[in-house]
Amino acid sequence: MVASSLQLRDVGQSFPAPDQPLTRRPVLETISISLEAGELVSLVGPSGCGKSTLLRLIAGLDFPDSGELLVDEEPISGPSAERGLVFQDPNLFPWLTVRRNIEAGLAARGVLQQKRSEVKEFMRLVGLEAFADAYPHHLSGGMAQRVALARALINHPKVLLLDEPLGALDAFTRMRMQDEVLRLWQNRRTTMLLVTHDIDEAIYMSDRIIILTQRPGTIEQIIPIALDRPRDRSSSDFLSLRSEILELLHFAGNRTSEVTA
Amino acid sequence: MLQGQESSRGSQVISGSAPSDNVRADTSAQETKYSTAALLTVPAAAAVALGIHLFVAKNEPPNESRTYTIVLGSFFAGAIVAAVMQRWWPALQTRMRRFRPLFTVGVLLLCVWEVITSGFRMLPLPYFPSPAGVVQSMINDRGLLFDSTWHSLVLLLSGYLLGVVAGLVTGVCIGWSGPARYWGMPLLKVVGPIPATAWIPLAMVISPSALISAAGLIALAVWFPVTMLTASGISNTRASYLDVARTLGANARYLVFRIAIPAALPSIFVGLFMGLGASFLTLVVAESVGVKSGLGWYVSWAQGWAEYGKVYAALVIMAVFFSTIMTLLFKLRDRVLVWQKGMIRW
Repeated sequence: MVASSLQLRDVGQSFPAPDQPLTRRPVLETISISLEAGELVSLVGPSGCGKSTLLRLIAGLDFPDSGELLVDEEPISGPSAERGLVFQDPNLFPWLTVRRNIEAGLAARGVLQQKRSEVKEFMRLVGLEAFADAYPHHLSGGMAQRVALARALINHPKVLLLDEPLGALDAFTRMRMQDEVLRLWQNRRTTMLLVTHDIDEAIYMSDRIIILTQRPGTIEQIIPIALDRPRDRSSSDFLSLRSEILELLHFAGNRTSEVTA
Repeated sequence: MLQGQESSRGSQVISGSAPSDNVRADTSAQETKYSTAALLTVPAAAAVALGIHLFVAKNEPPNESRTYTIVLGSFFAGAIVAAVMQRWWPALQTRMRRFRPLFTVGVLLLCVWEVITSGFRMLPLPYFPSPAGVVQSMINDRGLLFDSTWHSLVLLLSGYLLGVVAGLVTGVCIGWSGPARYWGMPLLKVVGPIPATAWIPLAMVISPSALISAAGLIALAVWFPVTMLTASGISNTRASYLDVARTLGANARYLVFRIAIPAALPSIFVGLFMGLGASFLTLVVAESVGVKSGLGWYVSWAQGWAEYGKVYAALVIMAVFFSTIMTLLFKLRDRVLVWQKGMIRW
C-alpha cells in the first residue's frame, strides 16, 4: 500500500484576529473532501481563503476547531512521516549540504544507517547528483525545490501535500517541474494534494480541482478533469476548461456555494 | 604605494578592450618596478629604526642597547631575506604584499617611541621605559613570564570551558522549553548583568582556594553572554524548519539537536566571542587581587617594584596571548559555520 485515502468531514478553523486578540475569525468552514488513494487533487482559490491552513491541518501541524480529518479511516493526531509537506519556500536546512538535506528525512526517523543506499537513488531521481556536496544557498530556486521534493519523498509518504511548491519559479522552470512532479506521482502513485494559484497548472496536473471561496473558505465547486495524460496545454478541451474555471473564479463572489462532493 | 597598484590595475582594465602584447608587457614592467620599490619598504624602515637606535644608544644602559641592536638587526636581516625569498616562494609573496604596510608602520612607530623616550627624554622615568628597556626586561625575566603565561592559560581555559558548557546547557533549556524560560529568564536578566568581578568578595569567602574561585568567576562571566545568545538563537529558530522536520518524522531530540542548535550556531558564536572578551577581563582582575600567579599577578607585582619595563613586557605578552586565542576561536567559527560562506560578510 503506497497511498492513503483522505477524508475531511465538516472541517472548520479560526484564528485570533490580529487587532482584537479576543475575537476569533473563521478561516475555513464546513470543508468536506474525500480523496481516493493515489488521486492528484488541486486546491485553487483566492489568496487568504485558507488553502495553506487546510494543508497544515492535514499535515497534523495544527488542529481544527471543528470537524474530523481521517487518513485511511484513522484520525490525524499529529505530524507523521507518512504525510510529506513541501512549501513554496523550499526551507532547506542551510547548514546541511544537498545530500545531508535529502538524508534528513531518514535521519529524523533514525533509519539512516539501514536506508543510506536510497539517498543516491533520490538524488538521481531529481537530477542533483552533481550538487551533492553544495550548500543550499548555492542552488537556484528550481534546484532547491527539487531537493525539497526529494527530502519529502525519501520517506515514501502515502500522502504528499504541496503548498504552491512551484509558485516562486519562472515560467519555463515551472512547466518542467510540473512534468517532473507528474512523473514522480505516476511512478509512486502517492495521494497528492496540490495548492496552487495557477489554473493552467491545476488543469495540467490534477484528477480533480477543488475551488474554494473567499475567506472564510468553503468549497465552491469540485471540477473533475477527464483529459488524458500527457495533457496538451493548447488543446481545445484544455482551453475550454480553462475559460470555464476562470469564469467561475471571476464570478465567485456572486454565486451561492454548491458542493458537489 | 597603494595608488601605484591601483593605477597599474586601472591600465590593465582600460587596455582590456584592445589587448596587445605591447600593452601587456608595459603593464608587467610597471608591476615589476612597483614590486622592487615596495619590496624595500620593510627593510628600509628597519634600517631607519636601527640607525636612530644607534644614534640614541648613548642615552641607554649598554646591555639594553646591545640587546635591542640585536633585535632590530635580526629584524632587518629577516626583512632582507624575506624580500629576496619571495621571488621563489609565492605564498610568502602574497603574505608580504598584504602585511608590508602594517610592518613598515609598526617598525616606524617603534622608532617614534624610542625617540621620545631615550632620544629626547620627553616622558618621565621609570614609568615610560624605551622599547630597548622593555625588550631587556622580557629577556631577563623570561622564566617567570613563561610561567605566568602558562598559569594564565590553564586558569583561562578551565574557567572559559566551564562557562561555555554551563551557558550552552542553560541557553538551550531557556530557549527551548517554556517553563525553563519562565523561571530562568528573570534570574538571567537580574543576575546576569552584574559584572563577574563584583562577586570577588563573595567568592573569596565561600571558595576553598583562590584558584577555584577565579575559575568560577571566569565561568560566571562567560556563562551570561553564552546563555543569553544561545537562548535567543534557539527561540528564534525559523518555525518552518521545525515544521518541515516534524513532517519528516522528527522527534523532540532531533528537533533540538539537529534543527534548533545548528540554526542557532551563528548566534551562539556571537555569545562565545562576547564571553571570551569577558573572560580576559575577569582573568586579569582575579589574578591581580587574589590569585598569586599568572600575567595579571605579574603586572601588579612588577608595578609594586616600580619595574615598568616588566609591566609593559607582560602587556605585550598578554596582547599576543589573548589575540592568539581570539584568532583560534575565529578559525573554529569559520570551520563550523562554513555553510554561511557566501551568505553573509565574514
